[in-house]
Parts: sequence; C-alpha cells; structure tokens
Amino acid sequence: MHAPEVYPDGGPRIGVYVCHCGLNIAGKVDVHEVVEFAKTLPFVVVAREYKFMCSEPGQELIRQDIEEFKLNRVIVASCSPLLHEATFRRVLERSGQNPFFFQMANIREHVSWVTEDPRQATEKAKSLVAAAVRRVIFHEPLERRRVPVKDRVLVVGGGIAGIHAALTLADAGKHVYLVEREPTIGGHMAYFDKTFPTLDCAACILTPKMSAVAAHPNITLWTYSEVTRVEGFVGNFRVQVRRKPRYVNEELCIGCLQCIDACVYKDARFPDEFNLGLGKRKPIYIPFPQATPRVVLIDPETCIWFKTGKCKRTCLEACERKAIDFEQQERIEEIEVGAIILATGFKTFDARRIPEYGYGKYPNVYTALEVERLVNAAGPTGGEVRLRDGRIPKRVGIIHCVGSRDERFNRYCSRVCCMYSLKLAHLIKERTGAEVYNFYIDMRTPGKGYEEFYDRLLQEGVHFIRGRVAEITDWAITPEEEGKLILRVEDTMIGVVRRIPVDMVVLAVGLEPQPDADEVRRMFNIFCSKEGFFLERHPKLAPVSTFTDGIFLAGACQGPKDIPDSVAQAGAAAAEALALIDKGYVELEPNTAYIVEELCSGCKTCIGLCPYNAISFDEGKAVAVINEALCKGCGTCVAACPSGAARQHLFEDVQIFQEIEGVLAYV
Amino acid sequence: MSEQPMAEGKPFEPRIVAFFCNWCTYTAADLAGTARMTYAPHVRVIRLMCSGRLDPQFVLAAFRHGADGVLIGGCHPGDCHYQEGNYKALRRYRLLKRLLREMGIEEERLRLEWISASEGDRVQKVANEFTETIRRLGPLRLAPRPGAIRLPIWVPAEPQPAAREGALP
Repeated sequence: MHAPEVYPDGGPRIGVYVCHCGLNIAGKVDVHEVVEFAKTLPFVVVAREYKFMCSEPGQELIRQDIEEFKLNRVIVASCSPLLHEATFRRVLERSGQNPFFFQMANIREHVSWVTEDPRQATEKAKSLVAAAVRRVIFHEPLERRRVPVKDRVLVVGGGIAGIHAALTLADAGKHVYLVEREPTIGGHMAYFDKTFPTLDCAACILTPKMSAVAAHPNITLWTYSEVTRVEGFVGNFRVQVRRKPRYVNEELCIGCLQCIDACVYKDARFPDEFNLGLGKRKPIYIPFPQATPRVVLIDPETCIWFKTGKCKRTCLEACERKAIDFEQQERIEEIEVGAIILATGFKTFDARRIPEYGYGKYPNVYTALEVERLVNAAGPTGGEVRLRDGRIPKRVGIIHCVGSRDERFNRYCSRVCCMYSLKLAHLIKERTGAEVYNFYIDMRTPGKGYEEFYDRLLQEGVHFIRGRVAEITDWAITPEEEGKLILRVEDTMIGVVRRIPVDMVVLAVGLEPQPDADEVRRMFNIFCSKEGFFLERHPKLAPVSTFTDGIFLAGACQGPKDIPDSVAQAGAAAAEALALIDKGYVELEPNTAYIVEELCSGCKTCIGLCPYNAISFDEGKAVAVINEALCKGCGTCVAACPSGAARQHLFEDVQIFQEIEGVLAYV
Repeated sequence: MSEQPMAEGKPFEPRIVAFFCNWCTYTAADLAGTARMTYAPHVRVIRLMCSGRLDPQFVLAAFRHGADGVLIGGCHPGDCHYQEGNYKALRRYRLLKRLLREMGIEEERLRLEWISASEGDRVQKVANEFTETIRRLGPLRLAPRPGAIRLPIWVPAEPQPAAREGALP
C-alpha cells in the first residue's frame, strides 16, 4: 500500500463488506465481482461477502476482522444508510473503534432494486463501493453531542389515540400537555354508539378515559386550542399554543348547564356541530353531555350579545359561579417539551364530491357519520333511526367505498368502512327491522373477530350486492318505486343491472387527511405521504416515528385506522416518547459545522445564511464563531464560505470530492 | 474497469452524478427502491444533509472528473428540513447555469429537481428523463476516461481544538 506514513494512525486499513441481503442484492448484483473489485481499491485490507451483514453473524464478521486485521475503517455495501447506518456504527463502537470511521454504500435501494440489467447493476455497485472507500479514508473520529432532554410531552389531538397516548405517558409519571382544537376531547369515537365487531358501547369505553384525562394530575388539558408555532429540536421543543376564547372561565365553570336553560333563546335553533346539523343547540352550549372538560362555551356567531351588543344576558345572572366572561380574550401559552406526539386524526370524505349519489340533494341520503349520530342513544333522535320527515325507513341501502378505491378520488382502501357498514347494517336492522342492502366492491374484514361478524350479518339476513352503485335517483318508473330513492347498480354476481328502491341511503364515506394536514406537517417539519397522511419514518421498522427526531405519530393522521389499531399505535408512540425523554439526554449526530479560525477572513457571508442564528462574529479575533448547540448541520454556510474556513463534520469538502471522483472513476 | 464506452460501436452511456438531500430526495430514491421502480442505471447518488450544502465546486468537480450531467435534488420550496437551504441551492443552481453557459457547457447538463420523500415515482421519472437528455447531448469529454486510480494522498487535518471543545455541552 502507498505512503501509509503520511497517515498519523499508521494509514487507513479498510474492510469492505458486501451484503447479499438474501437475493435482494445478490439476485441482481454479482456480489463476488464487487468483492474482488473492492480488494483492488487503495487501503482495502480485507473484502468479504455475506448473506445478511446486519444479522448477528454478519456483525460478528466485522468485529473479528477489526481485531484480526487491525481495521480502522469499515465499508458496508448493503441497504440505505437511513436503515442500518446506526447498526453498523455500533459494531465499530463495540470493537473499540470510533463509530464514524464508517461509510455505507447503498447498493440495494439505489442499485439492485432499481436496475434491470445485472451487468449495469454490478458496475453501479462497484462505483458506489469505490466512492465509499475513497470517502472513508478521509473520515475523522467524532463525538456525538449529548443534549439534555425536557421531561414533558406534547400530544396534539384529543381523539382516542391522543387520549391513550397522554394517559400512558401520564401514568408513567411524565407531564403531558394535551392540546385539542375542538371544545371537547373524544374525537370521532365520541360520535359512535357501538364499536365493531364486539358491539360494545363506545361511550362506555371512551368516556371513562376522557374523565381520567381531565382528572389526571400529570395532564394539562387545553381544549379549544391550537398549536401555532414549533421551534427547537429533539428533546428541546419550544411550542406556542393559542387558546381560543370560549367566553367561559374553565376554572370556574362546573358544568351545571343552568346558563343554557337561562339563555334568552327559549328553543335551541342553531345547527349543532356535534350532531352534524341533525340536531339544534343554543348560542351557549356544551357539545354533548359527557364533553370533557365539562365546560360550556358561547358561540359568538350566534350569540345576540356578540352580534348586536343588546341582550339581557340572562346567562350571566344564572351562573352562580360567575364563570361567564364576555370579555375573555385568546391566550397564548409557551411550553417546552422533549417529545411531541401528533394524533390529529382524519376527516371523512365529502360525499358532495360524488354528485350522482345526490348527497345534499336528496334529504334521505346520509353519510355514515350522520347515521352514527342517529343510532346513538345520546344523538338527536335518541337512538331512533328516523328520516328527516320522521318516518321510519323500511328499506335501507348502504353504499361502500364512497371516495375510497376510486381513481377519481382516493385510490386507497379506507380500511374501516366495510366493518362500520356491517355495524350500521346490524344496528339499523335491530332498531327498525328494515331490509338492509349492502353494495360493496369487495368485503374486507381482516381483523380479530371481523370475519365472524360478517358471517353473523349474513345470517341476520342483511343483503349483500356486489357492485358499485352507478347513481341514486328519485325518478320512479314503476309504482313501487314511487316516493323512494332508486339505486341503479350492476349486480356483478349475476351480471344484471338492477334498480333497488329504498327509503334511506347510507354513504360509507372513506377517511381522508385533515384539510390542514399540509400546514400542520410544515409546522412540525415532517412529511406527508402521497395521499396526504403524515409519513412515518419506516413503514415497518419505525411506524410511529417521523423523519424529525422526537416527533411521533399515532392514529389515523398516519393513515386510515380503526380504534384497536389507533390505540395500539398510540401506545407505541407513547413508549417511543417515553424511551426518549426518560433517558434524560439525547445524542445528536455530530454533523455540525465549525470554523477553522486561521482560514476565516471575517467576511461574514455565513452569518446571514444560517437559519438558526447559530453563527456570530468574534470582533476581537475578527472571525465567525459557530454555536454548535444551535447548529443543526445543514451545511449551507459551509457551501457558501469563500475561504473554506467553514467546514462540516461528516460532510467535509474533501470527503465529498472523493466521493465524486469515486463514483466517476470506474464507470 | 477501464471500459471505454466511447469505443467504436458501443452506445454512449452517460455518467451522471446526483446530489440528493438526506430528508427529501434521498429518501424518495430509497422509496423508489423499496417500490422496485426501475430506472436508468447511470445516476450515482451522493447524499448531502441538505441541498444547501451543495458547494458549486461539487458540480464543477463532477464535470471535471468526467460527469456528463449533474442532478441536484432537494425538498420542495417551503418544505426544507432546514427551513431554507433549498432556496440557497436554487440560487447557486442559477449561478452555475450561467457559469456553465459561459464555459461553453450546455446548461441542460445541470438539472435541479424538488422531490419530496413520498415521490419515489418522480425519482424514477427524472432519472430516466435526465439520462435521455444527456444521451441526446452526448458525452461532455472534459476528462479523459480514467485509467489508473489517482491515490488520494492527504493528511487528515487534526480536529481543530477550539472548534471541537464547543461541541461538548
């Protein structure tokens, strides 16, 4: 080998390990050829191949070679560094080497999986290995920065996922801020009467958890509040929360509801949001009797006092605790947390986007969520399934996949609609004795007890017609169709177009991302997947993590999910957050920028470029100074420095230049 | 190794260096892999933490060492993991385009793309498109095809004590 004497540590001694990854790599890339090629590269002492480098025997192979061949640099050519860089760095660490004398060549995601021709794949793999070898020669020993972590967690969204995550963390003794946009926690689950497939009462399993949140000493519950700003980084987030005025003092209100009785409006006459407009409320109201916190609020859009400034304000007199405060202003809270769990949930598909189903045009076409309220004992009809004109339906059609599995809207399956359609079919039949027709594309009932529930519905005499409904019309062509809604559908089981008259239609609307998911993800510096749900770090190995350390996902904000899955994910997110904050510190990647003072000309170019104000100017020495605690390692200043004084650990110019030459030298 | 793609009868195989940011485009390239979206094998990806780290010299070095095209990938405007590094990349990209033009290099040989972490299909599309563009433009022939490997002889600088101390809280 050449001129090892110029290297202070006796010269680089590189081991190259090429992974087969079963057949994932070896099926395309001639691994043996890559190994033989690696042996010809400068400073390479040993090159080997193995089936699975990430496995224990694979790691042991590296450890033994480090000992036997006195390796001080290691290359693993396998999958993406985003997947296993940490794994192999630990191998070096355990062998007494600095973990940063390591470089990965991504020959799976970037080569074997994306290249058709084996010859070209092998050549590409070789050039990536060559680049990695050249780069690692110039690696330097680095130390991870240890940063203390705030012992508190922010949970955004108070649906079942947020509630479960908050309670889990609070029970572990950590302080949790639970921020919910609506006046009450409970989320979508609070709308439901029963849950599938067990048909247990949703309120009976949800409301105890809601009150546990309100009573928990470790939970600060802020409803009717929204996160407006997020700064900082893992372990040390600074978050601003805007608490909207509800014109009722939360500390004083005991939820006696006397103010509602006293309101000058004798009758409830405004559409009730919680009942999706199917019921009415007054300007001063509580969303539903079990709302948590049990605190009323005033809607300034409908309250006469706010609209005209003239009202007897009988509510004020009725409140013995003087909780009503017409002067209440919004409040801004600033908190510091170590981890954040996003559980912002979903919205249902807007059925108006499918005009042929006539939602909004025909009063007896309902969305499934509206029917959830109708069958709910606490709903606007007290649990009776009645049409808007008060009739009880005799025939009901449930249309599956509304807005899901549809090229025009969402290609994905919303996962819950088949099951909730079965549940609603059961409940409607039970309450009204109506004939119920399900119109489905495929029945999807994977889950514990789900297929059995489907069987049960078949036995109960619910009809299943395989076909996507083409249109809903009130245009009768036979006497028995008079006054009914007619569903025109191709029954694909018998290959016949049928017209089925019904009194009521239920649209099984799919799940979509929240309308402001894109703004929220920008605020929290995470990504959305194609459909607009929040993107997890890895679909299998890091399903509740995001690409921003310290921010975790729970529930349907990550993708359509039923209650059991949401709760399971919330528990996982809570465990991840706990693992992070309980340790007391985090180790940060040492990829920060630094200034070589002798080279700095004091031009201050870098100072204005830094988005984190991490660079200041030392007037005495006339050089720039980087505060490494603030630097996040983007390297923008490094790229801009005209004198090469700004540098970046792990991404040094020389390392990247070597990589460039490396990928080009062997093509 | 010393395969000469320009030899008689052999089709021109472009050499393309890509600089992808860690958070968006590199992740998207990984996703393209996971989804088995095959694309032209000519693109060699170098990972940077942010497209803002892209020193214009990297692009020039790539051309100097034989690249026929250079692709830069960053997060969409407004989505930068480091707030605004991609805007800096955009400025440098425009500058580089001008510079290349003045040097007599077709400016199409440099391409900037915003590709988010979920756009694996876009990586595939851009890689294929760009390879075609370069194929149409032909080889750049700035560098002789490599024969011997130039050995990197460089003494790694001792870590700067002043800078390193600040690293530890």
